[in-house]
Amino acid sequence: MAGDVILATSDVTMRFGGLAAVTDLSLAVRRGTIAGLIGPNGAGKTTCFNMITGFYKPTMGTIVFDGQEVTGLPPHKVCKAGIARTFQNIRLFGNETVLENVMIGRHLRQKTSWIDAVLFTPGYLREDKAMRAHCLELLAAVGLADLADEQASSLAYGAQRRLEIARALATEPSFLLLDEPAAGMNPQESEDLMGFVRTIRQDFDLTILLIEHDMKVVMGICEHIWVLDYGVTIAEGAPEAIRRDPKVILAYLGEEGGLHA
Amino acid sequence: MRRGQTVILNLVAVAALGGFLWLAEGNFDGYKIQILNLIAINIILALSLNLIYGFTGLFSLGHAGFMAIGAYICSILIMTPDQKDMLFLLEPAYDWVQNAQAPFLVAVLAGGLVAAAIGALVGFPLLRLGDDYLGIATLGFAEIIRVLANNFPRLTNGALGFKGIPDYANLWWNFGWCLVTLYVIVRLLKSNTGNVLKAIRDDEAAARAMGVNVFRYKLLSFTVGAFFAGVGGALLASLLTTIDPKMFLFTLTFNILMIVVAGGLGSLSGTVMAGIGITVLLEWLRVVENPVDIFGYELPGVPGMRMVVFSLALIMIILFRREGLMGMRELHWQSLFKVFSRGRA
Repeated sequence: MAGDVILATSDVTMRFGGLAAVTDLSLAVRRGTIAGLIGPNGAGKTTCFNMITGFYKPTMGTIVFDGQEVTGLPPHKVCKAGIARTFQNIRLFGNETVLENVMIGRHLRQKTSWIDAVLFTPGYLREDKAMRAHCLELLAAVGLADLADEQASSLAYGAQRRLEIARALATEPSFLLLDEPAAGMNPQESEDLMGFVRTIRQDFDLTILLIEHDMKVVMGICEHIWVLDYGVTIAEGAPEAIRRDPKVILAYLGEEGGLHA
Repeated sequence: MRRGQTVILNLVAVAALGGFLWLAEGNFDGYKIQILNLIAINIILALSLNLIYGFTGLFSLGHAGFMAIGAYICSILIMTPDQKDMLFLLEPAYDWVQNAQAPFLVAVLAGGLVAAAIGALVGFPLLRLGDDYLGIATLGFAEIIRVLANNFPRLTNGALGFKGIPDYANLWWNFGWCLVTLYVIVRLLKSNTGNVLKAIRDDEAAARAMGVNVFRYKLLSFTVGAFFAGVGGALLASLLTTIDPKMFLFTLTFNILMIVVAGGLGSLSGTVMAGIGITVLLEWLRVVENPVDIFGYELPGVPGMRMVVFSLALIMIILFRREGLMGMRELHWQSLFKVFSRGRA
């Protein structure tokens, strides 16, 4: 399953004034895997995501995605290169319908412009129709096809999470970053989510990197894990090794105890 | 409802409007026709501002500036060289101003295009600003345009302005342009580009993460809005036949903003309804400025009283119905039919 490295960050550092949020981060995510980024609150996980997706420009270091350097590119170019993300606090376009949300993700791959729409060119009509059909398929894939015309903000919490993933998938990514996908879910929902993440990896040919606090989810689906504490990578490896790593246990749970999975 | 039906209904509505205008032209007096003309122009202006502010979330107060550009460009192009000879008293006009002439359609288009070009130009630095800062900066831009108009007598005849601009802007031109504006903006917003603009309004960071080049789309919305503001200004110049820099004060932008807010930020049908309502009310409320006779006591009329009434109305809207007449909803044929069938049941 594990292929070549699709995303590599080398010695990436992010400083905000005097605060080093992330120090010398070196990830190497292999193509086709599901990888995890864990650590206590404030460890710098979301900062990593923001650097990879171009929201922050790293103070030092380089990020290479699929053989192309993406360090410091603006977010829309990173997205075009094939990296999509979701947000920790769900950020949908609340006033738009479910279908429109997905179509916004799709616009990146759209060829005709609004001028074609004004002129009713045949090319526009064809593409618009195809785009709608494609987006409805994506919604069906995440189980939201029935809700296509609902306003996004009226969806239930779990459905909003899935919509955010569908919207990210619409940009045709090869790499998907999920920021706490299981947050606020009960054990049964988390279980479903794990199956769902595996399915989309398979169906959409994805590599997935996720941030998660739910250890059951992390240990259950991640094939490789990086552990951050105060911006420093304190461990990396397979789930079994991480679970037993004394440094991780110390950082995560304090002096005593272990990671229960 | 299928698309074919909607197209037919739209055509019927346009034909009905045409019939109404034809009747109005023959039967209404000049005052009523003037009000109809103002309705059309106000709708054009309010639609363009709603595109910028209501749909893209760019708080722009520069409309008076774009209107001034459109008005001056159009006026220069439709006045005859002889007229301009007589007008430019302070200093003679530049040669190209003196000799430029074009048919009305071209002149209005030119007014819109120059306004759009200048909109794109100032949009480059300004659209990097957020929220309130953008409002202040665009307000400054409109003032700069006005001050320039005052101080370039060889181009604009300075504070004297233009008089005797040919009055080509009749009902047909104004409502024709009104329909063009409505059509283009509806098509733009219904396309996926419209979805992207609304996405920027709702959550800019999420839009960026979805691969939207936010700046480019803001610039697009601002430029298209500036184009139609320029067109509206051009029509207004020809309708009123006289313009001067004082006409393009901040209050002009404020009137348009009032229509947009009253109709609903993010609702085109709301803008059309508020455009009609507020234009009519502005005229109708002239009554409150007349002297009134109550039980033998003569109350003197207060000029400007209707603006007080309007300010109060706006405060009421903001206090009790912040989303305006329509909020973000639109009026469709479908929803109209629903209302009718409910009425019959």
